[in-house]
Amino acid sequence: MPLLEVKDLRVNYRVYEGTLKVLNGVNISLEKGEKVGIIGESACGKTTTVKSVMRLLASNAKIAGGEVRYAGEDVLTMAKGRLRDLRRKKMSMIFQDPSAALNPVFTIRQQLYDIIKFSADTRLSKEETHEGALKYLKEAALPEPERILDSYPFQLSGGMKQRVSIAMALVSANELLIADEPGTSLDVTIEDQIMRLLKKIVEEKEISVILITHALGTVKNFVDRIYVMYAGTIVEEGPTKEVFNNPQHPYTQMLIKAVPKLTGGGVPEGILGQVPSYLTPPSGCRFVTRCPYRMEVCDQVPRMYKAGTDQKAACFLYDEGHRSK
Amino acid sequence: MHLNDPIFVQYFYWVQGIFTGDWGIALFTQRNVLLDVQEFLPSTVELIAVAAIIDLLIAVPLGLVAGRYANSAVDNGVRILSYIGIAIPSFVVAVLLQISLGYGTHLFPIIGRLSQTTAPPPTITGLYTIDSLLTGNFGAFGDALWHLVLPAFALALGPIAQEARIMRSAVVENLHSDYTLSEISHGLPERTIALKYLMKPSLIPTITIYALDISAQIGNAFLIELIFNWPGFSRYGLNAMLSKDLNAIVAVVLVAGIMFAVANILVDLVVGYLDPRIRLRGRSGE
Repeated sequence: MPLLEVKDLRVNYRVYEGTLKVLNGVNISLEKGEKVGIIGESACGKTTTVKSVMRLLASNAKIAGGEVRYAGEDVLTMAKGRLRDLRRKKMSMIFQDPSAALNPVFTIRQQLYDIIKFSADTRLSKEETHEGALKYLKEAALPEPERILDSYPFQLSGGMKQRVSIAMALVSANELLIADEPGTSLDVTIEDQIMRLLKKIVEEKEISVILITHALGTVKNFVDRIYVMYAGTIVEEGPTKEVFNNPQHPYTQMLIKAVPKLTGGGVPEGILGQVPSYLTPPSGCRFVTRCPYRMEVCDQVPRMYKAGTDQKAACFLYDEGHRSK
Repeated sequence: MHLNDPIFVQYFYWVQGIFTGDWGIALFTQRNVLLDVQEFLPSTVELIAVAAIIDLLIAVPLGLVAGRYANSAVDNGVRILSYIGIAIPSFVVAVLLQISLGYGTHLFPIIGRLSQTTAPPPTITGLYTIDSLLTGNFGAFGDALWHLVLPAFALALGPIAQEARIMRSAVVENLHSDYTLSEISHGLPERTIALKYLMKPSLIPTITIYALDISAQIGNAFLIELIFNWPGFSRYGLNAMLSKDLNAIVAVVLVAGIMFAVANILVDLVVGYLDPRIRLRGRSGE
C-alpha cells in the first residue's frame, strides 16, 4: 500500500466571477521513503494539490471529487482529532516564503517549544522540550541554537528562517514532508544549501517527500520521480531522468526546451499562448489551446497512456488508436 | 491680571501658574479651577476607565470569534451588532438603557454615582470604587460599580463596535497567512492557535485604534454625564463653555490634552510589548 495516494482529485474555488475548476482529476501516489517532485508553471494547481493533502485549503475551496488516502485512511473525511494526529506526528509542510511562514510576534523559542510540546504524547518537562528544540535546530544545521531560540523571525536572515521552518517541520514530519517551493524566495546559493540540507535530512531519516517547484534544476537532483502538472491536471509522470532526457507529453517537451542553458544557444523559446482560464477550461485535454499536435480527439479527457521507456503521459498521441493518424 | 503685558509674557505667567497650582478662578464656582479639577476629574476618569475595560473585554472576544469563524452566522451577527453600535449615538443608547434596564426593570440605577442611602467613601483617589476598596467598604464598592454599569456601557458601545470590526479584520488577515497554515500543519491545537498565535498579532491594530477611542471619550462623556446626572469633568467643561468661563475652559482643554497624551503613551508601550518589530528594530539599528 502506498503511503500517500491522491485519486482523481477535483477541487473548485468559488470566486466572485463563478467557479474556478482548478484541479481536474489529479492522481499522485507516493511510496514510503520515496521523493517525488511536482513541477509546472505558476498557478497550475501544485499548491492546491498539496494543501488538499494536508487539508489546508481556504474556505472558498471545495473538494468536488476524488480522495486522498494516507496509509489507506481517507484524509478528506477523517475526524478532526485523527487529522490533527497525522499533522502532529506523521506529516508536515514547509512553505515557500520563510518570512511569512513564521509568526512575526513570537520568538522562535515560543513557537518551536509549542510544536514540540503538542507533538509529544506525554507531558514533556521544560528540559526535555529544550533538548528537543536543540536537536531539531541542529538537524537543520543552525549554529548558535540559543541565540536563534531567543530571536524573533525578523532578526534572522532568509536562509536561517527557512532552516528554522525546516526544524519546525521535522518535529512532526516523521513520515511525509511536503515542501512547497522551499528555495524560491531565497537567493540561488542559499537555495542550493537549503536543498542539499533537505536532501541529506530526508535521506537520513527516510522521510517521504513531495517537492513542489517551478525551478527545474532544483528538482532534477532531488527527487526520484516527477509529476508534471498543467492547468490542474497531471500531464506526465515518470522517473526524473527519463522525464528530463526524454519528455513525452508535448507540454513537458516544450517546458524543458524553455529552460535557458548555461552552455549558451541564445534565449530559449517560450510556449506560445497562455494557460486557459479556470472559469471556462477546455472540456477535454487542457493543453489543447497551445498544443502543436492537437487532434479531433483532444476535446475528450485523455487518460494516462504508457509513453517513452518508463513514463506515462496524458496525451492521445500515445493511444494506439490515434498514433497512426 | 497683567493685562498690560504682551501676550507672550501673559502666557509665561499662565504656565507659571499652572505649575504652582494657580489655575485661575472659575467664575462659575468662584474658586481655584484646580480645586474644581480635583473634584470633578476622578469621577470622569472612573467612568472612562470602566468603559475602557468593558470595551476591551467585549470587543476583543467578539472580534476574535467573528474573525475566526468569518462569514458564518456568528460573524454576521457580530457584523450587524457592530453596525448598530456604530450607527446609534451614545446618548440615544444611554436613554434607551435608562428606559429599559433602569426605569423599566429596575435592574440598574438611572442617575448618580451612589445610592442616596450609601455614604460616599473617604476621598483618597476620588474614584469611589478604588476608595471604597482601599477602606474595605465593599458595600459602597458594589453600589458604585452598580451605578457605573449603564453610563459606562453607553459610553463603550461605539468603541466596542469599532474595535470588534478591526479585531475581526486583523484576525481574518492573520488566519489566511502562511504562518497560521504552518501552525495548523504542525498540528498545534486550534485553541492554542486562536488564543495565542492569532490573538497577539491581531491585537496590534486593535489596540492602536482603542487608544484613540479611549482618548476621545472625555469628549464623548459630555452627554453621557448630563444624561446620567454624573458629577463629572466633562459636564463641568460643558457648563464652563456655556457660561464662557475662560479659566475653566482652558483647564478642561489642558486636562483633556494631557489625558490624550498619556493614553497614547501607554498604548505605545503596550504595542511595543505586543510587537517586537517595533520594540527591537530601533535598538539594533536595523
